[in-house]
Amino acid sequence: MTSTPKEVERVWKKPPRIKSLGLRVLLGLALLAYVIYALNSFEVDPERIAYGMGRAGKMFGAFLKPNFLARQNYIIQGVLESMAMTVVATGFGVLFSIPLILGAAKNIAPRPVYFLSRLILVVFRSLHVVILAIMFVIMFGFGPFAGLLTLIVNTVGFLGKLGAEDIENINPETLEAIKSTGASWPQQILYGVWPQIATRFAGLVIYRADQSFRQSTVIGLVGAGGIGAVLETAMGRYDYNTAGAILLVIIVLVLLGEYGSSAFRRRLV
Amino acid sequence: MPVLTRGDGPLWTSRDPREARNRFLKWLFGLVVFFIAFRFIAQETMWEFVADAPFQAADFISRMFPPDFGYTARVLPSLLDTMNLAIFGTFVAVVISVPLAILAAKNTSPHQLVRLVALAIIVTTRSVTSLIWALLLVQIVGPGLFAGMLAIAVRGIGMISKLFYEAIEEIDQEPIEAIKSTGASTAQVFLYGYVPQLMPTFVGVTVMRWEINIRESTIIGIVGGGGIGFLLNSAINRLRWDQVIVILFTILVTVFVAEWISAKAREAVL
Amino acid sequence: MLEIRQLKKKYNAGPLALQGVDLKVKKGEIIALIGPSGAGKSTLIRCINRLVEPTSGEILFHGVDICKLGTKDLRATRKKVGMIFQEYALVERLSVMENILSGRLGYVGFWKSARRKFPAKDIQEALELLDKVGLSGYANTRADQLSGGQRQRVGICRALLQSPDLLLIDEPTASLDPKTGRQIMRLIVELVQERGLAAIINIHEVNFAEMFSERVVGLRDGLIVYDKPAGNLDSSSLTTIYGEEDWEATMPKLDSEDESCEEVSS
Repeated sequence: MTSTPKEVERVWKKPPRIKSLGLRVLLGLALLAYVIYALNSFEVDPERIAYGMGRAGKMFGAFLKPNFLARQNYIIQGVLESMAMTVVATGFGVLFSIPLILGAAKNIAPRPVYFLSRLILVVFRSLHVVILAIMFVIMFGFGPFAGLLTLIVNTVGFLGKLGAEDIENINPETLEAIKSTGASWPQQILYGVWPQIATRFAGLVIYRADQSFRQSTVIGLVGAGGIGAVLETAMGRYDYNTAGAILLVIIVLVLLGEYGSSAFRRRLV
Repeated sequence: MPVLTRGDGPLWTSRDPREARNRFLKWLFGLVVFFIAFRFIAQETMWEFVADAPFQAADFISRMFPPDFGYTARVLPSLLDTMNLAIFGTFVAVVISVPLAILAAKNTSPHQLVRLVALAIIVTTRSVTSLIWALLLVQIVGPGLFAGMLAIAVRGIGMISKLFYEAIEEIDQEPIEAIKSTGASTAQVFLYGYVPQLMPTFVGVTVMRWEINIRESTIIGIVGGGGIGFLLNSAINRLRWDQVIVILFTILVTVFVAEWISAKAREAVL
Repeated sequence: MLEIRQLKKKYNAGPLALQGVDLKVKKGEIIALIGPSGAGKSTLIRCINRLVEPTSGEILFHGVDICKLGTKDLRATRKKVGMIFQEYALVERLSVMENILSGRLGYVGFWKSARRKFPAKDIQEALELLDKVGLSGYANTRADQLSGGQRQRVGICRALLQSPDLLLIDEPTASLDPKTGRQIMRLIVELVQERGLAAIINIHEVNFAEMFSERVVGLRDGLIVYDKPAGNLDSSSLTTIYGEEDWEATMPKLDSEDESCEEVSS
C-alpha cells in the first residue's frame, strides 16, 4: 500500500505541545519563579497558625454542637430579612429589568437606545455585590433597605443581559409575520416576542431569585441586613456555637432554594 | 384555548373560567407575599436616612474628584497580591477537586458511602460564600492573604467539584469500554479513557472559576482576607473617597481583563 | 477455543436478554451473528469479555471459565480478546497513534503508558498496521478529525495491536454508508484470515453475513435459532430469525446492491 521500506527502523514519539525546547524550558523556569515569588507573598506565619489551630479545634468542636436557641430571635429575624429582601428584590428587579431587556436587544431596539441600555447593564454587572452593598450602606444607612437595593441592581443586571440575549435569539420569522399584520410596536412585543421568551424568562427569574438568596446571606457582613449580619456578630463575640447554628441554617436554606429552583425550572419546560 | 357556547353562538376566550381564576389567585398570592415582605423591610428601615441618601451620594461622589492618582502606587502591589490569591486559590481548589469529583461521581465512586461523604463536602463548601469562609479562616490562620487564599480555595472546591463530577457522570461510555477491553488496568482506563474526554471541561471550568475568583478576591480583604479589598475597606473607613474611586476603577479594569482572558482561553480549548 | 454453555443474562429491569446460549467457536473461525434488534447480539459478545456481567452460565476460553476470573486474570484474558465497536469508540481527543497504542495498554506499565513510552516493537507494528489499513501519515491526526470509515480503521488497528486470539466485532458497519461498510468488512476479514484469528461479528446486513463469514448464527429473543455454514440462508430461515416478512421481495434487491458495490470497492 505504501512504498516505505520495511528495513528502516520506524519510530514514533508523541509530538510535544510546544515545539521549541528552549521555549519549554524558559516557560518552566518562569512558572517556577512565579510560584516561589507568589508563595512568599502569602507570608504564612507558622506561629500564628499553630496558635490558630487550637482555635480551629474549638471552632469545629462548637460547630458540632450548634446552639440554635441562645440567639434564636436574631436568627429568625435574620432569616426573615434575607427572605424578604429576596422576594422584594426579585419583584422590583423584574419590573425594572423589562425596559432594559427591550432596550438591550439588538433586533428590536433602535441603535442609541441599544447602546445606552448595554452601558447601564455593564455598569450594573461589573460591581461585585459586596462593593455595591458597602456603597448603599453608606448612602442609606445600615439595614435591609441597602441590601434590597444591592439585590435589585444585581437582579436587573442579570435579567437584563440574559433576557436581551434571549430576545436576540428569537425566531425572526414569527416577528416578521406579526409585523406584516400591521401590528403596533407594543403589539409586536406582546405577540411576536414575549411568547417566544416567556418560558426561558420565567426560568431566569427563578434562578435569579435563588442567587439573590445566596447573596443575601453574605451582604449582611458589611451591614446590609439579613442573616449574614447575625453571623458577623456571633463570630465577633467568638460565640462559635451560635455561629455554627447560623452556618447550618444558611447551608440548609441555600440547598432548599437550589433544589426548589431547579424543580420549578424543570416543571416549566 | 376553549370555545365556549353561550346563548348566541360560540364564544372564544383565551382561558376557560377555572384556569383564569387559578391564574388570578396565583398572582394575588404572589402580590400578597411581596407586600408582606416589603412591609417587613420598610419597618426595619430608617426612612430619614433614605430621604437623606441623595445628598449623601452627591456629597461622596463630589469628593471622589479629583481622584488621588498618586495612590496607584499603593494599589498596584496590592492588586498583584490579589491576583496571586486568586490564582493559588483556584490551583488549590482544582488539586483537591479532582479526586473529590472522582469519589463523588456515580460511575467512578468506589463505594456508596464514600460518595455520600464526598457529596456532603461538596455541598457544604459550595453553599457558603467565600466571604463567610474568610470570616472563619481569619480567626484560625490570622488576617492576611493566606486566609483569603484558603477561603477562595474552600468555596472553589465546592463549585469546581460539582461541575467536575457532573462531567464525569455524563462521559461517553463506549471509548471507556474499548479501553477496558484491551486489558488495561483501572489506572490506565482513567488515563486513556477518562482524562482525554474530560480535559476540555476541566480546563474550561478551571478558567471560568479563576475569573470568578478574581472578582471574589477583590473583596475578600473586606473581612481581613488581604489584597485590594483591604485597601478599599480602609479607604472607605477613612472617608478618602478620592482613593476609593482609584481602587474601584482598578478593580473594574482587572475584572474586564480577566473576563477577556478567560473568554479567549475557553475558546482555545474547545 | 471458545465454548459458551447455557449463558444467561438478566438486566435489572427487564426480561432475560439471553436465555441460555450455547455456542462453540473453533480457532480461525469467522462467525456472523445475525438477528433482529434486541435479540441479545450485543449483550452476548459483551458477556464474552465481561463488559456486561453474565448472570449465569460458563464461557470457556482456552479451557478457562471467563465468568469466574478475578480482576487481574480478567485483564489478562481481555488482552487476548480484541473488540471492535459500532460507533468506533475511539478516544476522540487522542491522536490516531495514541488510540492504536492503547491496544497495548494491557502489556505496558502505568507510568510508561502515562508518558506514552511504548516499546519500539509495538510502535513499529502500529505503523505497519496503519500502512495496511491505508492510513499512513495520519499518526498524529486527532481522532475527531477522521471520517467514519477512517475511524473504524483505527478501531481495527487498536484491536489487532493487542495481538488477540479472538475478535469480538459489534456491528462494524452500522454507522457507515454501504460502500464504506463493505470495504471495512473486507478489510476485517482479510486481516483476520491473515492472522488466523477467530472472530464473532454482530451484523445487521444479512447479505454481508452470507458473503464474509464462514458460519452464520441467528439469534432471536436471547436464543440461538439458526446455525449453519454461510450460503444456506433462505426465506424460511430468515422467517425463523426475524419473523414474518416477505423475504422473496427483499432478497433480490440486496443482491443487486451488492453487485453495484463490487465495482466501486475493487
